[in-house]
Amino acid sequence: MSNDREAILGRVRQALAPLPTRAAAPDWERELVLMRHARGAVDAPALFAERLRLVNGTPIASVEELVALFVSSGWRRGYCDPALAARLRPAFPAEIVFETEFDRTRVDDYQFGITAAVGAIAETGTVILNDAATSRRLAALAPWVHVAVVPRRSIHVDLPEAVAALGGDPNIIWCTGPSKTADVEGILIEGVHGPGVQIALLVD
Amino acid sequence: MKFQQIDEYAARLRPETKASVHSGSKAGHEKRTKVLFDHFIDPDRLRRIAGDIKQHVVENLDTYLPAVEAKLRANGVHVHWAATAEAANEAVYSILQARGARRMVKAKTMVSEETELGRFLEKRGVECVETDLGEFIVQIDGDHPSHIVKPIIHKNRREIATSFERHGLGAYNDDPETITRRARVHLRHKYLEADVGLTGANFVVAESGRIVLVTNEGNSRFCLAATKCHIAMVGIEKILPRDRDLGLLLNLLARSGTGQQLTVYTEFISGPRGPAQPDGPEEMHVVFVDNGRTDVLASECRDILRCIRCGACLNVCPVYRQASGHAYRSVYPGPVGAVLSPLLAGERFPAMADLPKASSLCGACNEVCPVNIPIPDLLLRLREKGKREGSDAAAAGTPAMGGWAVMASQPFAWKAALAGGRIMNVLPTKYVPVAALQAWQSRRTLPTWRGGTFRTWLHDRRKQQSQAGSAAPRN
Ligand code: SF4
Repeated sequence: MSNDREAILGRVRQALAPLPTRAAAPDWERELVLMRHARGAVDAPALFAERLRLVNGTPIASVEELVALFVSSGWRRGYCDPALAARLRPAFPAEIVFETEFDRTRVDDYQFGITAAVGAIAETGTVILNDAATSRRLAALAPWVHVAVVPRRSIHVDLPEAVAALGGDPNIIWCTGPSKTADVEGILIEGVHGPGVQIALLVD
Repeated sequence: MKFQQIDEYAARLRPETKASVHSGSKAGHEKRTKVLFDHFIDPDRLRRIAGDIKQHVVENLDTYLPAVEAKLRANGVHVHWAATAEAANEAVYSILQARGARRMVKAKTMVSEETELGRFLEKRGVECVETDLGEFIVQIDGDHPSHIVKPIIHKNRREIATSFERHGLGAYNDDPETITRRARVHLRHKYLEADVGLTGANFVVAESGRIVLVTNEGNSRFCLAATKCHIAMVGIEKILPRDRDLGLLLNLLARSGTGQQLTVYTEFISGPRGPAQPDGPEEMHVVFVDNGRTDVLASECRDILRCIRCGACLNVCPVYRQASGHAYRSVYPGPVGAVLSPLLAGERFPAMADLPKASSLCGACNEVCPVNIPIPDLLLRLREKGKREGSDAAAAGTPAMGGWAVMASQPFAWKAALAGGRIMNVLPTKYVPVAALQAWQSRRTLPTWRGGTFRTWLHDRRKQQSQAGSAAPRN
């Protein structure tokens, strides 16, 4: 296969050799991709909540509100990042079970997964997970309900700002609402392989 | 007269299929346009700049490829090169063998469709499961995707329900939600049992070695959360110069493809999993695939290598809407396919040279393309190439123009033909000995022949003007 490498690069060089000039890389300003509604001062948490609702996600402003939603939806058992469990557990009633280990042989036993997000993007309603902040990739994906815990001050306004903040983590994922498909006759169905309910709990 | 193959295919298409393809692509196009213009003041500028960025990459691949390779290696990624489809499949297979892997889950990748990786691996006893819902259905049906973004745009829910029943996924039920839930249950265990996850890449950033993957279902994420080894098959043209360019391209890709602001999952992968993370690959491989791309690069159609596979040109194309994707007899249908498929076919170019003719050159594909590819120009260049190479496929459905050329270049012959044309108004078409006309007429009616009226009008006008003399205003 090292032969293939030389062959490919040789052919690339040969193909490009006759070009009299090469197109330069254009520069572009963030202004170019500013969305109409994001012009002027932006209240990032408020915009984030609004945009998350637009993609059928659920922004939640307080732990009490989250507990109420769990109780009314009948979500009883799930995974919680151990570091977050210490903080959140006391607010939840005893019958809601938090497991702090995720056992992949029992994926279907977890109705919810609560994990930490490393940030969010306001204009798209996106939560950002990465390998360092999010304790288990599977726990944020396999359960029907995913709760991403998002610090308010970590919300970026738009994509260029979020891209600039990507950093060195080997795996970063932007999640924008529940997993979905429109493969069958263009009809929108949520909860394909990932969560059917995507919650963002905003914390200070 | 022989019709073009694509016309023949379209004529045989079942009405349900035609209806599914037409409504699906039309809806996709309308959503795209609305979201782009609602969100941005000048979306055309975004397209033009994105196109310039990708053209820059295409014209500098000789420096970008070694640069991205070095970056990937520095990130702990194994890099492989594959000149052909077979080499690409072999590269994947040897990675599997080295790990003793028997089971693979696969997110959607068009490159693996090109190389027919699934079939290759199954023959060698590797289970290879497609995880995108549409691709999964295509796989259990032994079918082919007919759209880059919506692989089963040609199927309706009843056909899908029948396939699920046949595949042992429960009794017949054509409710889309039930279909989706059944796939969820079936596929999550496939991910968890698999040894290797295979994906493509939407972008690879030279500056950082990041691979960017976008999906809506979360299937590629599941592949990368459940398995211990990640293989990405990447066409050599997928590079972007800088991370910051993602801020532009990601703003265009989902809007152009599905009319979404952003796909649900956008994943940035720059190596094996982080040290504190229990889930995900401990080993990562990138296979750079040529498979004809360097030929495209050497051709005068290299601009097509800018393509980010959004599918917008399919959705807007009047020919695609009527003919469906399978009519293009290749992995890439629609306008992008009409350019790319004959070029990627290499020596089989003459057999595919009819595809560039499957276009009215209306230009809509160029107008919607997020990287502003001048598809109609490229189609014309390929038509010329087809003609030069004497392709029979390209000649089908095309009348010989020799007689026309003589007539149109001799004023006397032309005038005579115009006057004689009136006979067309009384003569039934079946007696007109021009095959092309008969073929055209078999489904349409000709307007009344009024040949020569323009010339008469022009002649009279000149006369009136000269009578009016120099007093006549000129403009
Ligand atoms: S040619 Fe342009 S519009 Fe067509 S799929 Fe490629 S990027 Fe999209």
